[in-house]
Amino acid sequence: MDVELRGITKRFGPVTANDNVNLTIRGGEVLGLLGENGAGKSTMMNILSGLYSPDAGEILIDGKPVVFEGPGDGIEAGIGMVHQHFMLVPVFTVAENVVLGVEPTGNLGYLDIKKARHDVEEISTKYGLRVPADELIENLPVGIQQRVEILKVLFREADVLILDEPTAVLTPQEVEEFFGIVRSLKEAGKAIVFITHKLHEILEISDRISVLRQGRITGEGDPKTLDEEKLAEMMVGRHVSFTVEKAPAKPGKPMLELSNLVMLDDNDDFVLDHVTFTVPSGEVVGIAGVQGNGQTELVEAITGLARIASGKIIFDGTDITHASVRERHRMGMAHIPEDRHRSGMIAKFTIAENMVLNSYYDEEYARGLSIDWKHVAETAAVFCVDFDVRTPSVFLPAGNLSGGNQQKMVVARELERETKLVVASQPTRGLDVGSIEYIHKRLIESRDEGDGVLIVSSELDEIMGLSDRILVMFEGRIVGEFDNTGGKADRNAVGLAMAGASEGAAA
Amino acid sequence: MSTSIGKRELNDAARDLLTRTQRGRADFEDLVVVPIFAVIAALILGALIMLATGVDLATIGKSFVALAVGSVGSLNAISETLTAAIPLVLAGLGLGLGFRAGLFNIGAEGQLLMGGTAAAIFAFSFPGLPFPLLMLLSLVAGAVVGAFYASIAGILKATTGAHEVISTIMLNLTSYQILNYLLRQPYIQKEGRADPISKSVPDAGQLPLLLDWVDPNLRLHAGLFLMLIAVAFVWWLLFRSKAGFAFRASGANPDAARYAGMKSGFVIVSAMATAGALAGLAGAAQVQGVLERASPGFSAGIGFDAIALALLGRSHPVGILFAGLLFGGLEAGGRQMQVDAGVSIDLIGIIQALIIVFIAAPLLVRAIFPWGFRKDAKGGSA
Repeated sequence: MDVELRGITKRFGPVTANDNVNLTIRGGEVLGLLGENGAGKSTMMNILSGLYSPDAGEILIDGKPVVFEGPGDGIEAGIGMVHQHFMLVPVFTVAENVVLGVEPTGNLGYLDIKKARHDVEEISTKYGLRVPADELIENLPVGIQQRVEILKVLFREADVLILDEPTAVLTPQEVEEFFGIVRSLKEAGKAIVFITHKLHEILEISDRISVLRQGRITGEGDPKTLDEEKLAEMMVGRHVSFTVEKAPAKPGKPMLELSNLVMLDDNDDFVLDHVTFTVPSGEVVGIAGVQGNGQTELVEAITGLARIASGKIIFDGTDITHASVRERHRMGMAHIPEDRHRSGMIAKFTIAENMVLNSYYDEEYARGLSIDWKHVAETAAVFCVDFDVRTPSVFLPAGNLSGGNQQKMVVARELERETKLVVASQPTRGLDVGSIEYIHKRLIESRDEGDGVLIVSSELDEIMGLSDRILVMFEGRIVGEFDNTGGKADRNAVGLAMAGASEGAAA
Repeated sequence: MSTSIGKRELNDAARDLLTRTQRGRADFEDLVVVPIFAVIAALILGALIMLATGVDLATIGKSFVALAVGSVGSLNAISETLTAAIPLVLAGLGLGLGFRAGLFNIGAEGQLLMGGTAAAIFAFSFPGLPFPLLMLLSLVAGAVVGAFYASIAGILKATTGAHEVISTIMLNLTSYQILNYLLRQPYIQKEGRADPISKSVPDAGQLPLLLDWVDPNLRLHAGLFLMLIAVAFVWWLLFRSKAGFAFRASGANPDAARYAGMKSGFVIVSAMATAGALAGLAGAAQVQGVLERASPGFSAGIGFDAIALALLGRSHPVGILFAGLLFGGLEAGGRQMQVDAGVSIDLIGIIQALIIVFIAAPLLVRAIFPWGFRKDAKGGSA
């Protein structure tokens, strides 16, 4: 099945999300769709799946124009969407989730779960998507959950599969397996649209690439003739540097000193196991590690969000072991949280309100018991310009911003103060190359101004690029320390330490 | 060290970002069009219910005329509408404030009973105090006791995680019995009465009538000003004050509030206490302005109607004010309806309930009145 989009335009108020977009999707082919956060990829795919109706332009399926009236029409026509955020019922089995909404029913309308299971197994063997049909979703790893999402659209007999940033939630091993699935779907004649902002992935899996920027198609091409740099330029509209430019660090006095931090979980097992290290002023210390080895808890202990069982935290010469979140913040500790949606911002609040989320009480903004909102708005506007947060107004809800701009807003809030220590957790997760480059630059600037910078990231590339010194965390312990001046740390050795292999040897 | 804010200038690029985005049509539809249509739909459905119960068309027409006349048709009607709105709005403001802070406080009824009783007891305990002083201090007593009673639920939630819905419902039930007990105590019970009823509030403790110079039967009292002051205060508290910012942040995203260093315990207890103070004031205003004494069940369900009111007003002080006027009008008009057309006052309860149902289901309202809404607002903002 071939699908063609002709001259599609979609506006939301003053914003043109798609501007005269032309796109062809062919059966047996993987189309890579690349674009920054907010470039209009999702809008386009929502038009294709019938969720939005375009203001202009038409959709042709096998040459015949079609009109989608509602969300059901896309899948009816054979276009299925696999969303980035899974839409599965955690307490249902795989088979139940797959058939949900189109359940096979027997006489009197009872649910024929046996047939459901049989159908699911049939499809899963056909396309090589191995899933345990009777397992509950909540017991399955993310990679398998994603297969269930794909099975759902295959079960509804989709010939066009739209995969919206499918690899964002996967580990590197899962990504490899996932690519295998995509290839087998392609061989079965399905048309695949692969949406991402990860350049190397799109080069690896696509047969054709289209690049979207500010609602327009800005580039198309064959992955064999393209490389990451060219793609990045098409996507961002300027040359993008992949390496973080920085001078050698000039470490000064200790800014953050941790000694023997211990945190226990509910079963009295170590979450942090006698963690000791120092972050000096003027140096970037990177914490590498596979997620779930105590990094989250380490950051919570440093920033005061969680209490430690024993140990000592000294910040710029002051013992802050028992200080509150607010006290630490006031002393000049900036915290870029790991999950901006969960804790870094309030989507319903305006950008101005979010900019003072943790400093609204400060004499800078407060007048007695009131907040001086005019001053807050002006400050927020200055911050937005300074940190390139793209928005028409600071009075818009932060939830309206694209992911990259939301993160820049959070980073602006944290760095636009007198800071001494920056604790950045997954500072660029889910962002496009342009935003990543920008945030990295600002973090290095903080270092050069004399701040201590602590980066926690599960992206090894990010740790390698930013850090002057790398610490590896494994099962709540620091298991390795590497000097990375001039990027000289051995990537393999760091990777091995992350897997817990070289414990003790590297330190 | 990173640069400080004060040094940076507000250049043109930044100034551009200060343009107020116009309130979108979607907001207008949500805040104004939906409620209006909800009221219309509820009235129509109310008429159909009357029809179904065998009321003839003429009587239905007569009853709606009576509803209009009884709520806004005369000075007396307006006075009754406003009088009914005062405690509803006061209690509704407290509940709306709680909702904004993420607290689903069902306890306004109990807080109102405790506050009103406290106001009555304070007022007759100090009959020697002069007029404005006794009145004001009695109001304060009502607010303080209401705040205290509500903060029990707040403290329970902050320290043990006990859910406020459960604890406030239990505190409502407790308050009925406390009231029953108190009103039988010799010090409180009216002399020579066997039933539980308190002594009367002395004249100096009463909220003065505002329209008695026109007609001594007009019941509108100075609680009206209390209500308007409370609307302004809650607006300031929620949208201009430091505490209100913490309330709203905690309600909208508790994780972000914690990350920002806001103390959830402080927010829970102080938001509950403020809500209780407002409910207590509602009770005090009712006792000092209308009833002159406390008796079992003097709250007459105001604390529960106020929940509906806060939802109808979208937890916004101005919205709550308008919702309160609407409910006050329905109550006053409903009484007239009963007198003129012989229609049961329960119908008003049904209409109120229907309004809430329609408000809570904007998509339903959009489906019933498609011409009132922009076409491509598909799916709505909900």
